[in-house]
Amino acid sequence: MKPILEIQNISKRFRIQHDNQPYLSLRDSFSNLFKKRHNTTEDFFALKEVSFNVDAGESIGIIGKNGAGKSTLLKILSKITPPSSGKIISRGRIASLLEVGTGFHAELSGRENIFLNGSILGMKRSEIQKNFDAIVDFSGVEKFLDTPLKHYSSGMQLRLAFAVAAFLENEILIIDEVLAVGDAEFQKKCMGKMEDVSKNQGRTVLFVSHNIESISILCTKGILLDSGQKQIYGNIEEVINTYTNHYQASFKEWLPNARPGDGTVKLNKVFIVDSKKKLISQTERGQEFGVCVEFEVLINNVKPVPNLHFFNSMGVCCFITISDSLELTIGLYRSFTWIPANFLNNHIYQVGVAITTLKTEHVHLYAKEIISIEVLENKQLRSTDFGGQIPGIIRPEFRNQTIKQ
Amino acid sequence: MEYEIKPKEKLSLGIDELWQYRELFYFFTWRDIKVKYKQTVLGFAWAVLQPFFMMLIFTLFFGQALNVPSEHLPYPVFVFSGLLLWNIFSSGITAAGNSMVTNANIIKKIYFPRLIIPISSVLVSLFDFLMSVMIFVGMLLFYHIQVDVLRVVLFVPAGLMICCVATFGMGTFLAALNIKYRDFKYIIPFLVQSLLFITPVIYPVGILAHRSLKFIVALNPMYAAVSLFRSGFIDKPLQVNLLMISLGSGFTLLLIGLYYFRKSEAYFADLA
Repeated sequence: MKPILEIQNISKRFRIQHDNQPYLSLRDSFSNLFKKRHNTTEDFFALKEVSFNVDAGESIGIIGKNGAGKSTLLKILSKITPPSSGKIISRGRIASLLEVGTGFHAELSGRENIFLNGSILGMKRSEIQKNFDAIVDFSGVEKFLDTPLKHYSSGMQLRLAFAVAAFLENEILIIDEVLAVGDAEFQKKCMGKMEDVSKNQGRTVLFVSHNIESISILCTKGILLDSGQKQIYGNIEEVINTYTNHYQASFKEWLPNARPGDGTVKLNKVFIVDSKKKLISQTERGQEFGVCVEFEVLINNVKPVPNLHFFNSMGVCCFITISDSLELTIGLYRSFTWIPANFLNNHIYQVGVAITTLKTEHVHLYAKEIISIEVLENKQLRSTDFGGQIPGIIRPEFRNQTIKQ
Repeated sequence: MEYEIKPKEKLSLGIDELWQYRELFYFFTWRDIKVKYKQTVLGFAWAVLQPFFMMLIFTLFFGQALNVPSEHLPYPVFVFSGLLLWNIFSSGITAAGNSMVTNANIIKKIYFPRLIIPISSVLVSLFDFLMSVMIFVGMLLFYHIQVDVLRVVLFVPAGLMICCVATFGMGTFLAALNIKYRDFKYIIPFLVQSLLFITPVIYPVGILAHRSLKFIVALNPMYAAVSLFRSGFIDKPLQVNLLMISLGSGFTLLLIGLYYFRKSEAYFADLA
């Protein structure tokens, strides 16, 4: 059987103007007619010669850092913007969900919005009518069906929007991070529905998310993009591993004007050191290591507290460490957090940094998963006879006693 | 079903695709009509009240105070018949001209033939027209106007059609221009105001003394629309040469509008 989607050498070029203006105005167009063309434009490839085939029933995760071209690829697939070169052959109806609730109108009621949104997504009126009760049931807003949408809570709007999208009957679904919002319970429900769509109904799904965990659950294959180019296309574990290995660093420093933070505190650097404060990117399970957060306090008498968020490669938050809350004056600080030996498992962990004032619960900054540390097994030191991988997101060693009674 | 997504090569109107998405015309029009009068006390009555009060004001100042002639019709009937079509045009091109920008969030997130949006905006103004036609019928009865059914059947739809042609053409052209050049946000209201003066809504074209002035008025496609529409109610020969110029300019406008829109629509999402 022929693949349901053939992506052949797709490129998308943007022309960057260096005297950048947000909007073109007529005056500019006219004056450009008479001006000699200065070479102030530069070609920028959001996507460069990307090719891959998708078989019917596969679900593909699209992975990459911000600006890697993921959203551009989805926009081309959903015909919102044309490619600059290359072509895509599609053998099924494509429905794209680049946003939840596209076309929702605040003044219309829930019932009216179901029809409006459904038809914008490409459903026939008869299809919407057929699924209407199921949509309402899935969204759980039946009591407010005739209330204008502007009186809905944002959570209700989201549920209604997802419910409509869940009943799309297209063969190919293109989904962009729609699960980034909503409460945990609803996210779970959505994930369940998406799993059902991709695994049980045999439809083809292309899915972009920063959440590696959901990609690993939903997708069978993955494509890794970097600067608009395809790096690797294959089964999902392989792609996720490549991504976490190659695209995460153990040292991160920001340029002075690009530092995360607010008027109180700015983040300078984050890095990983061994017990002698030497920079490392790998450690052994038997070794203690430290995560150093260098930050600058900009005003006096504040209590910003760095806290570290540890994630495994599946995107699960393993734990969070919180530093001591101290009153700080203007100046540069380094905060070291020591992770004890024999505590982490042999994995690659992603570390995110937030700086928070605990009392007011004010988050000054949150740099998500910016560095990573690989923890290696020390086979000699391993005290058990078992040689394989021991499951678990962490592996602390506890005091253990075996006593003959 | 198999199709290709690739860089745009040839230009077509895309009628088959518009037909495929025909339900969206209904939904966009229905949405705009519903939303237009939401949270108003008078609701749909506004569609009728606006032209009605315009008619009163024009009658007072132009009909009574300035004694503008009105081609054998009572002045209120004369001016209202013009306003009916003028309102389709003015509200149609204003709404269509801004439609791509106001629907930018949809354009950036989902694909459908873009022409649906400006066309639906024009359909909304046709709806308002249908509402105020009821007032017009009331006025015809009130002033005991004798209507020749044959003339009405012949000229009223013709006038309405050329009005739609002009509105579609201008509307789609402005919509495509506005998304690229936001200057049109300011140009559109000004354009509407000035076009009212060269459309024979408040005066008959006959009072223009200068030949060149008549010619300028005829270049405006709304001249044909208004004079054809009125011919349904006045037994008076049409000025065929002026009419032809006006019809020609109307269809040219439609071609230019559709061509420019189709040519640039692929990049709307990048510009919006």
